[in-house]
Amino acid sequence: MGEPSKLGFGARGLVLGLGCLAVLVPFWAVLVTSIASPAEVNGAGGFVLWTNQPTLDSYRAVLSGGIVTRALLVSAGITAVGTALSLVATIALAYALSRPGSLLQKPILLMTVFTLLFNPGIIPMYLAVKQLGLLDSYLALILPVLVNAFNVIVMRAFFQGIPGELRESAYMDGAGEMRILLRIVLPLSKAVVSVIGLFYAVAYWNAFFSAMLYLQSSEKWPLQLVLRTYVVNNTPIGSDQLSSNVENLPPQISVQMAILVISVLPILFVYPFIQKHFAKGLMVGAVKG
Amino acid sequence: MHSLRDRWRRDRVLLLLALPGVTALLLFHYLPLGGNIIAFQDFQPFLGIWHSPYVGLDNFEPVLTGDPVFLSALANTLIITLIQVVFVFPLPICLALILNATISERLKRLAQSILYMPHFLSWVIVVALFQQMFGNGGMLNAWLRSADLSTFHIVGVPELFKLMITSQVIWKDTGWSTIIFLAALSRVDPAQMEAAVVDGASAVRRLWHVTLPYIRPVIVLLLILRLGDSLSVGFEQIILQQAQVGAGASEVLDTYVYNHGIVGGDWGTAAAVGLIKGIVGVALVLGANRLAHALGEQGVYAK
Repeated sequence: MGEPSKLGFGARGLVLGLGCLAVLVPFWAVLVTSIASPAEVNGAGGFVLWTNQPTLDSYRAVLSGGIVTRALLVSAGITAVGTALSLVATIALAYALSRPGSLLQKPILLMTVFTLLFNPGIIPMYLAVKQLGLLDSYLALILPVLVNAFNVIVMRAFFQGIPGELRESAYMDGAGEMRILLRIVLPLSKAVVSVIGLFYAVAYWNAFFSAMLYLQSSEKWPLQLVLRTYVVNNTPIGSDQLSSNVENLPPQISVQMAILVISVLPILFVYPFIQKHFAKGLMVGAVKG
Repeated sequence: MHSLRDRWRRDRVLLLLALPGVTALLLFHYLPLGGNIIAFQDFQPFLGIWHSPYVGLDNFEPVLTGDPVFLSALANTLIITLIQVVFVFPLPICLALILNATISERLKRLAQSILYMPHFLSWVIVVALFQQMFGNGGMLNAWLRSADLSTFHIVGVPELFKLMITSQVIWKDTGWSTIIFLAALSRVDPAQMEAAVVDGASAVRRLWHVTLPYIRPVIVLLLILRLGDSLSVGFEQIILQQAQVGAGASEVLDTYVYNHGIVGGDWGTAAAVGLIKGIVGVALVLGANRLAHALGEQGVYAK
């Protein structure tokens, strides 16, 4: 568009290049430090940006049992179970709301949208979870965030975009609502289901404050809390926290960086799949919805 | 019109489908909403919500009389919001314009993939990364030390805290926030743009008269949402770093509620502050939306 000026071209390239570097350099430093040899790390007094003797010792140290291994399993479990439950509840509610004129559709839609406007607050939330007997239970990390109204609205908008004739002809053929949902609507909605599913999964994996608030015993900690304690707060991590069969513990910083890499890796792994679906209409339409 | 009975028979499966989601919303949004009643109680955990005595507006005293601790939290919150509206809000718009003007589609995709990514990292990870980069033992200072230069104390310095969290927000979300602007920019009519070029409009004028009208509704919408969120500023982000800089620089309304209620056991005051924050938040969204309508914009919902 317009005549490309050399100056503008260069300036734009520079901004984009610097922006990308600002994202990539920290990851690179963390990754390399986690696999560098103890001699290299100690020699550099901390971070290294290159290694000639890569080693997986720090990963072996944190993954062979102990608090990080356990936290990893906890986080994976919460993410898997939470995402599955959230998707089922969200799809079901969105489908029910995608049918204007059905019984109670309007009040339920209104009450769903209203939750976007008002946040009940930390204290009442904590008391409700406590009252329901969910303190120190993994369910406290799932049930309060089971359905996100925003995701419901996005999915509902998608369901409503499916031509009504498809549903009506199935109805004429004697199919019930469940059959229509499972056989007609869902197969046509793979894109939106995978995006919303990944949004839920990322949210469960990343949840930190709810775990800090509702889980009292440290044996139940998910990865984010372990990360806070041993990386952000710099609490020393030794053989007490890891499994006892690790002799020659790698340098502290390599162990910390290995924990960091382990908590980022699943996100990096699913990221290309989410990214594939960043269709421009999806979110914009939803915000306006 | 069908009778209620017919409609029930026709729609009961739909209602059954809505049930789990509706139950979750009732239990974890509407029940706690009612729980705000403890803002008017001298809440004692062992007495519970049913038996704690009512104390009128006593819990609102710090707010009404302007308790310095509360005022400091309010001031920090508003300052952070102001900084972020002025310095953080325009960045994705600029970045989206730059991305949009990038001619090579492959280069644009690559840059987007990289720039969107930090959005999906948790705050714990972002804070950890920043500390490892800028902390006293971090990469920057290790490098300065090895080059025999003087080191910077950045992490844990109260005066720099607001700068620190603003940089973190920029790093994490600038890329991701471009999505909505890029979507708006993709609707710019190429014929209109070419006509402007033919008419000899300068780049600045084309930006102002051709491009901007397409993204202005989005800018207004996001500004409204941001203003409605004025009183919420990065709770997880701040609570993670509060111990390093102390409450003076970092206490905001959300952390005030957490520290006084959950940590300090002053449930009533904490709930009162939380309640006021919620109500003001709703009022801000509605007010900003009305302002948008008055200015002829669409706002969050149409009139």
